[in-house]
Amino acid sequence: MANAGHILGLTGAHLQLSLPAIAAAFLLSLPLARLANRLRPARALILGGTGLLYAVPSLPLFIVLPVLIGTGVRDTLNVIVALTLFGLALMVRSAADALDAVDEDTRLAATALGHSSRGRFWTVELPLAGPALLAGLRVVSVSTISLVSVSAVLGVQSLGSLFTDGFQRGIVAAVAAGIAMTVLLALLLDLLLVLLGRLLMPWSRR
Amino acid sequence: MNHLSAAVDWLLDAQTWTGPGQLGARATEHLGYTAVAVLIAAVIALPAGLAIGHTGRGRAAAVLSSGAVRALPTLGLLTLAALAAGVGLVAPLIALVVLAVPSILAGAYAGVESVDRATVDAARAQGMNAWQVLWRVEVPLGLPIVIGGLRLAVLQVTATATLAAYVGAGGLGRPLFLGLRTYDYPMMLGASLVVILLAILLDACFEVVQRLLSYAPGLARTGRLREAR
Amino acid sequence: MIEFERAGKTYPDGTVAVGEFSLRIPSHTTTVLLGSSGCGKTTLLRMVNRMVDPTSGRVLIDGEDVAQEAPVALRRRIGYVMQNSGLLPHRRVIDNIATVPRLTGMPRGAAHERARELMRTVGLDSGLARRYPGQLSGGQQQRVGVARALASDPNILLMDEPFGAVDPLVRMELQRELRRLQTQLRKTILFVTHDIDEALALGDQIVVLQPGGQIAQAGTPEEIVAAPANDFVARFLGLDAGRRSLRARPQPGGGWLVSDAGGRPLGVLPDDPAREGPG
Ligand SMILES: Nc1ncnc2c1ncn2[C@@H]1O[C@H](COP(=O)(O)OP(=O)(O)OP(=O)(O)O)[C@@H](O)[C@H]1O
Ligand SMILES: [Mg+2]
Repeated sequence: MANAGHILGLTGAHLQLSLPAIAAAFLLSLPLARLANRLRPARALILGGTGLLYAVPSLPLFIVLPVLIGTGVRDTLNVIVALTLFGLALMVRSAADALDAVDEDTRLAATALGHSSRGRFWTVELPLAGPALLAGLRVVSVSTISLVSVSAVLGVQSLGSLFTDGFQRGIVAAVAAGIAMTVLLALLLDLLLVLLGRLLMPWSRR
Repeated sequence: MNHLSAAVDWLLDAQTWTGPGQLGARATEHLGYTAVAVLIAAVIALPAGLAIGHTGRGRAAAVLSSGAVRALPTLGLLTLAALAAGVGLVAPLIALVVLAVPSILAGAYAGVESVDRATVDAARAQGMNAWQVLWRVEVPLGLPIVIGGLRLAVLQVTATATLAAYVGAGGLGRPLFLGLRTYDYPMMLGASLVVILLAILLDACFEVVQRLLSYAPGLARTGRLREAR
Repeated sequence: MIEFERAGKTYPDGTVAVGEFSLRIPSHTTTVLLGSSGCGKTTLLRMVNRMVDPTSGRVLIDGEDVAQEAPVALRRRIGYVMQNSGLLPHRRVIDNIATVPRLTGMPRGAAHERARELMRTVGLDSGLARRYPGQLSGGQQQRVGVARALASDPNILLMDEPFGAVDPLVRMELQRELRRLQTQLRKTILFVTHDIDEALALGDQIVVLQPGGQIAQAGTPEEIVAAPANDFVARFLGLDAGRRSLRARPQPGGGWLVSDAGGRPLGVLPDDPAREGPG
């Protein structure tokens, strides 16, 4: 049962890397998406830039990033920043689409009612884009959880360490346990997000 | 920034590239892995995806299973396959194919489904059989999305092929892991930069193809594409 | 001749779209199925070319049960026009029209020749041949739809609200063209609409439908307007609201002002209609 304790510790480390990255990606994506939608010239730049980011493979980014932000390859911060960038690559696009998909008539109606541009964003556009934003967030959450493990080859502790250790010492059970825990974690977080969505957006329940 | 200039120096050194086991050969290996894995995945996933999109049957199962596969950590899959199949090429290929299948599958059925039902209905009403409806209407009209799925798969596989070296295969992961193990920062940084460039280059190729497609007047003018944006 | 023999359709989800429907459609005439949304018009129409198979009863063409025919071959010899034309957006106008001839193996050149001829028949400028459907107006698209349906020179033409999506002026123009075409081509046309004026303008026979594909009344336009079978038909025609009972009042400058029972003006009748000839 020493194993159980070990796995639990790694799960904690896994969450410490992934949760901040997921949250940061979501929060940063909103202003970027709004900017992209409001300023059409910025749109190509922002969406193109984040799209390009998505093409960057994870492991090389973990190695290149320290040169740019001055962290060490094995620093927690390095991993979190890299994961945030990947999250942004996915989330900015879907946030921009979600906000853009808000019905033009609804938007005009809200303006006609006397909402300011900012008020309209918080009271009309954001809630109406909510379900689509949630869908984007769920993709980011699942992919981040599964991506964290890659950092284990650099020596960063996470559930991915079960893969590297298990592989080097030839323990199939360790690798299998790592896979199971990662999937379980992804599913649990996904469930949590769905429940949160139901709670915050009762109107979207079918 | 010292590291960066050292890495650039390493990259500019002719010796880095030529000869067996050097960067040029590694890049070719990398592309080869990617091509083979995507090809195998496409042979599996394209027919299945088109069938699902055309018949509407098996969609729920496809969504569910590809969702589950996406949650699988690739490194875990790779090491598990390597423990089962031994070090070498088989394990990475298994992992890469598993990685590529969901994207291609989803692109294929989403592409077919994206075609306006009224258009498909009209094609049937003119007397096209199921096969003709698929090849003359659903596939050409859904093509941008089908290619989008392939693009995503190529991207994911190129990125992940770097990990193949972790279980003893070749590819651009080789110099990366070698640099990592020997604390040769210029080497691992240089190799990383090459992988990144390669991925961006491949993606740009797909971008060009998709742009060209979107200029096809018959495609660009449909309500479907306007809605999709 | 098309015959519906107690044809019925219950969809897999339990919706009874058509309960039991019997009708005889004589050759070389236009029969209009008239009814409000969801009453089963499309379902009935699609029973003819086997896009829908009846769950009870049968449909006969010239005495042969369509269920005995291969659906694909059947559809190639029946023209079908639908709302929003249903053109293939990735094919040029000329290729859209040539669809069925090409499917049945006609060489490309001959099929295009035929398509050009049809464009003239339906009044489309030949300069539009190389355009894509998205580059045409709604009215032009409908003409292409009609031309495509005529391409295999079918005896039967099924038209499902073909002019439903264009503005009233274009709509009247298209109706006039269809009448002209019909005097020339003499097809057996089964035409679906929920527009009473369209039905009166086009039908040799009008079938007013109630929900579930029940026939409320079938007859010539004159019979239906003169003697609606029941309240449903009268309401549908707007007869109860006096929309079609007319009054004429002499005008100060000569002629007669015609209005409906509610007093809304409809038009002017010249002093002596007999001398002017039929309008
Ligand atoms: N594939 C289907 N599955 C289940 N129910 C259907 C299906 N197609 C049609 N229905 C139902 O059958 C009924 C008749 O449909 P149909 O399309 O024939 O009506 P319609 O008279 O053509 O209406 P509209 O004027 O709106 O086109 C409707 O209640 C409709 O909801
Ligand atoms: Mg209908």
